[in-house]
Amino acid sequence: MSTAGGRVAGNDRLAHWVFIATTVVLCGWVLVPIWLLISNTLSTASEVNSFPKPVVPSLNTENIQFFLTFHGAGNALWNSIQVAFATMIMAISVGAPAGYALSRFDFRGKNAFRVLVLMTRAFPLPLLALPMAILFIRVGLDDTVIGLAIVHTTLALPFAVLITFSLFSGIPIELEEAAWTLGCNRLQAFRKVILPLVLPGLAASAIFAFVISWNEVFAAAVLTIEHRTLPAFLLQSLDDAPLHLKFAGGTMLVLPALIFIFLVRKYLFAMWGIANR
Amino acid sequence: MAEINIKNVAKQFGKTHALHSIDMTIKHQEFVVLLGASGCGKTTLLRIIAGLETATSGEVWIGDKRVDGLAPKDRGIAMVFQNYAVFPHLTVYENIAFGLRMAKLSESEVERRVQRTASLMHIEQLLKRYSGQLSGGQRQRVAVSRALAMEPDVILMDEPLSNLDALLRMEMRAELKSVLAESNTTTIYVTHDQVEAMSMADRIAIMDQGQIVQADSPVEIYRNPAAHFVGSFIGNPPMNFLSANNAGNGQWLVGNTTIAGPQSDKPILEFAIRPEDIRVGEGSMTVEVRLLEPLGSHTLLACRLGDTPFRVIVDSDRAVKVGETLAIDPIAERIRWFDPDTQLAL
Repeated sequence: MSTAGGRVAGNDRLAHWVFIATTVVLCGWVLVPIWLLISNTLSTASEVNSFPKPVVPSLNTENIQFFLTFHGAGNALWNSIQVAFATMIMAISVGAPAGYALSRFDFRGKNAFRVLVLMTRAFPLPLLALPMAILFIRVGLDDTVIGLAIVHTTLALPFAVLITFSLFSGIPIELEEAAWTLGCNRLQAFRKVILPLVLPGLAASAIFAFVISWNEVFAAAVLTIEHRTLPAFLLQSLDDAPLHLKFAGGTMLVLPALIFIFLVRKYLFAMWGIANR
Repeated sequence: MAEINIKNVAKQFGKTHALHSIDMTIKHQEFVVLLGASGCGKTTLLRIIAGLETATSGEVWIGDKRVDGLAPKDRGIAMVFQNYAVFPHLTVYENIAFGLRMAKLSESEVERRVQRTASLMHIEQLLKRYSGQLSGGQRQRVAVSRALAMEPDVILMDEPLSNLDALLRMEMRAELKSVLAESNTTTIYVTHDQVEAMSMADRIAIMDQGQIVQADSPVEIYRNPAAHFVGSFIGNPPMNFLSANNAGNGQWLVGNTTIAGPQSDKPILEFAIRPEDIRVGEGSMTVEVRLLEPLGSHTLLACRLGDTPFRVIVDSDRAVKVGETLAIDPIAERIRWFDPDTQLAL
């Protein structure tokens, strides 16, 4: 009896250590590059190129200052923000109604539609980008903020649909029905009952769309020339830049995404079915 | 006046018939319970009356208004849901006031009605709380207050007590009954709990497989079930059923005993008797006791008559042993007969 119990306890301990080791490896996988990026950004140029590196960076802000005053960087940042905001608004205003319909109505081809929404992510963007560039030139959308935002919206839309689907599904239909019996039509019930309840999640999925646009570089590089977004601009101008400036540019790109992921992690888990179902 | 008329209402989901042509009239201020096992169509019927579900065919009238084409908000109804459906982002006060504000009542009238229904349901001290801070029973009270505050013609209740624990359910049952009796509304109440149905209803409509099998007062349903299903569904334990062979001249052979019954040419009828309508220790029928269930006020005996299970209720003072053979005598005027082909009472 005691040996059997001991063996079980031993297995438990082993599983425990495997769990810890895996967690450490995964955290390192993510955190070490981020730490390198940030510490190099905050180092002087000589420190970046020297070896071995100091453990604690010199907290030098020169790279960041240079970067912020670098010609065109400010402009690219502003373009990025505009495109990302436009993407966010379009993705939510198209995606949320689709998510609502998926969660509330039964219609023919509903499952096929859900798969199809995901499939758009499997479609390689480069294949689409050149025909799209030509089309955009014909319509006059090339090199515009709105044109790029449309492309980014198609990238962000599947996530917007699936996240909002999960959000709406998490709200019992009885709440809506109760509102209907209490004098609301569909729209009023949505506005007075459903919207206040999904607002945090909706905000999160909006920020997700924001970050998808923020990080996207391929379409941005192909479709814009004057109105480059930050990633496209960095790709173009930092190619030959010294290492310490590349680090600074990388940090500028990574930071917003990191902050976002941290803020909305709860909703991402919900979307992937870990947290609440 | 809010008489409800259901005319020929049928509902199909794809190829499944959830409701077969229901006809029913519910009188002004009547308390009707739709009772049946899950999947019998009782909730579907309620939702059709509420306007949350569309009937495949048929008409629903409330008062002199045909409502089956109207949105729920235009039907003069209020509904209480099984899972309460208290809005989590609003306080109790705002929940109860929700419908009143939608109806654009003056704020003083809203205040008056919220206070009145809240005190009726004893939740005055909870008005500032959110539903997350309430117990299940308290949420149920909020949901009922919210419905009552609308002063609707019709209140629809979908298993409102089934998520509460047994003691609370008994308490709420009595309370709901008295509150609704004073509120001048017509009530349709869906439940699968026959005790709830028997104790609250003016009239019970027993549903099975999308049809109303019998709609009558609780006692009538209990004493004179219109069909085999009703006798086997109502009562705990349910009726005993035995097959009876025609012995001619209105005499029927049940087990080894001849019992006077209806005149009929049928070779076989179904004999039915409730477990408590049996005199023990006399008569010529015999059953073998297999199991004793002492329930305090009485003892339930699970017996066998030949191969057929047969239940008898005796006073708990009576000494009975497992394996004993009991002589029993069904009380003649409580015996019911069913046609085995139609399953209906004779």
